[in-house]
Amino acid sequence: MSNKNQPEVPTMTYLHIDHIGMTFKTSNGPLNILDNVDLKVSKGEFVSLIGHSGCGKSTVLNVVAGLLEATTGGVLLENREVNEPGPDRAVVFQNHSLLPWLTVYENVRLAVDQVFGKVHTRRERKKRTLHYLELMHMGHALERRPAEISGGMKQRVGIARALAMEPKVLLMDEPFGALDSLTRSHMQDTLMEIQAYLQNTVVMITHDVDEAVLLSDRIVMMSNGPSATIGQVLPIDLVRPRHRVELADDPAYNRYRGAVFQFLHDRQENLTIAKPTKSAVLRMAAG
Amino acid sequence: MATNLINTHRTFSVGWLDALQHRLQGDRLTTLTATVTKTLLAPVFAIAVFLLVWGIGAAHVETSLGQLPGPTQVWHSGQQLIAEYQQERQREAAFNERQHKRNEARLAKDPDAEVMLRPYTGMPTFFDQIGTSLVTVATGFLLASLIAIPIGIVCGMSTILYQALNPIIQVFKPVSPLAWLPLVTIVVSAVYVSDDPMLSKSFVTSAITVALCCIWPTIINTTVGVSAVDKDLVNVSRVLRLGWFTKTMKIVLPSAIPMMFAGLRLSLSIGWMVLIAAEMLAQNPGLGKFVWDEFQNGSSDSLARIMVAVFVIGFIGFLLDRFMLLLQRWASWDKSAVLR
Repeated sequence: MSNKNQPEVPTMTYLHIDHIGMTFKTSNGPLNILDNVDLKVSKGEFVSLIGHSGCGKSTVLNVVAGLLEATTGGVLLENREVNEPGPDRAVVFQNHSLLPWLTVYENVRLAVDQVFGKVHTRRERKKRTLHYLELMHMGHALERRPAEISGGMKQRVGIARALAMEPKVLLMDEPFGALDSLTRSHMQDTLMEIQAYLQNTVVMITHDVDEAVLLSDRIVMMSNGPSATIGQVLPIDLVRPRHRVELADDPAYNRYRGAVFQFLHDRQENLTIAKPTKSAVLRMAAG
Repeated sequence: MATNLINTHRTFSVGWLDALQHRLQGDRLTTLTATVTKTLLAPVFAIAVFLLVWGIGAAHVETSLGQLPGPTQVWHSGQQLIAEYQQERQREAAFNERQHKRNEARLAKDPDAEVMLRPYTGMPTFFDQIGTSLVTVATGFLLASLIAIPIGIVCGMSTILYQALNPIIQVFKPVSPLAWLPLVTIVVSAVYVSDDPMLSKSFVTSAITVALCCIWPTIINTTVGVSAVDKDLVNVSRVLRLGWFTKTMKIVLPSAIPMMFAGLRLSLSIGWMVLIAAEMLAQNPGLGKFVWDEFQNGSSDSLARIMVAVFVIGFIGFLLDRFMLLLQRWASWDKSAVLR
């Protein structure tokens, strides 16, 4: 287990979101969604993006994933530009996006075959598939189909699929947003457990302040759109492993929570003014 | 096994059997009564009213072939058709027996004698005609599906191709089989020339006409199914960098299968409807020809025999549709979807 007692100082840039801007063309003229978003993430770091809905968090994630192309700026991974999607930046989608006609095992195996088909034997690939499913505590439901398991279990499989690709960066788009709070806590615990072991570089989008503080090494708070950008970056210097019950009375933890709430609250006031445009932003992001 | 049974009677919309089963599994009696009323008594009542109105109405219609037959005459004609079929089978058996005896006698006289069995060539009965019709519709439907599914897949994947083919599809889709038939007949006569044809021309003509009319729903539904793949799943395939072939086999086709089968089901029911008209005009020895021959015959019981054919055509159409529904359920990965 790595020693995270020292403050996390991003010494070497692993992933660089380099001054990206995003402008969509609409019938009412160009609409600037993102403006000059610049973020450096070091290897093994867990970064959360938080902000009000419609502020362009998902757009940032999709640009890093290569699913969208930024209008200005670009993304560098290990000093190489990325401009198309690939398994080195695995995505965990909000609605799990499992193939409904494949079993739990087959869903993960498809990804494993695609990424390791050329370098690993059949047996190794099977082992890898089972390993990641067991890591996500899904070893008991290998032959079930997505329709036969709960929402939380589906998301576990979605995460197992992403982890099994052994990505350089794991991208998570509100992975627990659709789950009930109890399931969500379980998932966060599993994720922390795995993170301590795998040391992945993670960029996660979330709405949930507690989740962000609990999981992250840094929280990136985004201002409201249009022309959203990074408002504030908050390093979370809490000892790992973290336990939600112990942290509840921790003054540092509560200070961090307070800071994020304060940021979001301040933006809330701006939001009411910018409301008509916000819905336009949402429509654009959806379309 | 039990589940199979349940699904079977669900397929045939026998709701009261369903209710009976629930009753056996301990449901309340009132629910059973309500369901039986709804799913058993109501249809029975409707059928009774229909027969009554038919019987009374038919008695008042005088035609050139006598009175329009009511339910009783039609019932008798049905039994008569069954009897004719049994007679014909007996004649065939007798004919074959005679042949065997003659051959044996000849072989006894001269062991080197060349013996042969001639096939029985009696008149096709009503039931033989049902068989011919089923084979013809199956041929036409399979031919149409083999063409329609690949076209639908490529149209669903390429917007340009879809735009290119859409006008052609839309124009040909509403064309009646009666308009196709003369063209098909002439073309088949010109192209399908052989001294010892394996298939009769009337059969080929009917099957092609069926195919021409039932190809469209499958093309359109397959196109829609293929083009409506969930955007998130497309993103998954992009992140995984799936190749064209893997993407088609693992994502596009499975997600299009429910729509594809819905199209096939529509196609088969259209094909069955078209077939009767095609056989009538092409003189393919099926149900359509039976109706036409009875019409030309113009005997006193012709109308009753045609009505038997109408009911049989309807019932077989219903069975074909239920068969496709079973297939659709079996092929669909979304078992929770309600298919009826």
